[in-house]
Amino acid sequence: MPKDPANIGKPEVAIKDSWCKGCGICVALCPKKVLVMNAQGKAVVACPEKCVGCKMCAEHCPDYAITVEVE
Amino acid sequence: MLADIEEFYRLDRLPHIWCPGCGNGIVLACLVKAIKELKYDQDKTVVVSGIGCSSRASAYLDFNTLHTTHGRALAFATGIKLAKPELNIFVITGDGDSSAIGGNHLIHAARRNIDLNVVIFNNNIYGMTGGQYSPLTPKVQKATTAPYGTIERPFDLAKLVEAAGATYVARSTAYHTRLTTELIINGAKNKGFSVTEVISQCPVSYGRRNRFNTPAAMLEWQREMAVPVIKARSMAPEELEGKIITGELYRGHAPEYVSEYTKLTQRLKEEAEGV
Repeated sequence: MPKDPANIGKPEVAIKDSWCKGCGICVALCPKKVLVMNAQGKAVVACPEKCVGCKMCAEHCPDYAITVEVE
Repeated sequence: MLADIEEFYRLDRLPHIWCPGCGNGIVLACLVKAIKELKYDQDKTVVVSGIGCSSRASAYLDFNTLHTTHGRALAFATGIKLAKPELNIFVITGDGDSSAIGGNHLIHAARRNIDLNVVIFNNNIYGMTGGQYSPLTPKVQKATTAPYGTIERPFDLAKLVEAAGATYVARSTAYHTRLTTELIINGAKNKGFSVTEVISQCPVSYGRRNRFNTPAAMLEWQREMAVPVIKARSMAPEELEGKIITGELYRGHAPEYVSEYTKLTQRLKEEAEGV
């Protein structure tokens, strides 16, 4: 999907849903509260615009389900 | 998936079988990043593991891997290093695998100062078999075999391997990912026996019994308890009670085992030819 022009240059966080085991580490460690747990108990990106690209979530995801791309 | 390290994983084996919130995946990524930064040839790198949750790691990695017997990863690794000294060998072992079942292998590999890089995934418990306490379960903490809290004193594994002869000893936590990677890199560069103990979390078999309500709470505990070794040097022993001293704890110099062995075989060969 092409990137929204407004988001160019901003970090992009993506979660591979099928690999997420719902441990909640990413949600707890994210300093900007970008992620939340959904009704199925899996992490989802709720506020992508707040992401600062620190990669706390990706580095601490035990299941390698999170990717953060920083341009 | 961390796209920059996926070339080192057997992607067809993922997702892994570790429990939600388990620290093993985090620590394993730190090890893989270290190997990537070291620019080691994938085909000249060997990962040897024993038995236990953490030792399952070798199955997910695309290096030459050996998933060996309980506590004996170091014995297998010693054999590989002697046969093929040019290979870079990493040993993945857990707290029980390294300090209980493999305790003797650990101290004797350290005594020989053989050029192996050991990463100990210390989650303070035997997770795979149902949560029995290990020699690294902190005193008073609960386990299935210690429902009222263990009365045993745990090993200080770093001090143990230092005393036994290891020439690089470091400690980090699953929370401190970048430090963990850096310490493993430094350990790999040391020509001798290198040990990096990484405090990890087992939310299922350890955390639940010890008032850690979430895996994240265990990571936050690691962050709060960690004291960099430089700071720890100016702190009193009572202040350091229960703390995790992190960083490079010890670096020593001693003859490396394979070099000594090569020298011996060389000398005997020369003597035989001289006769």
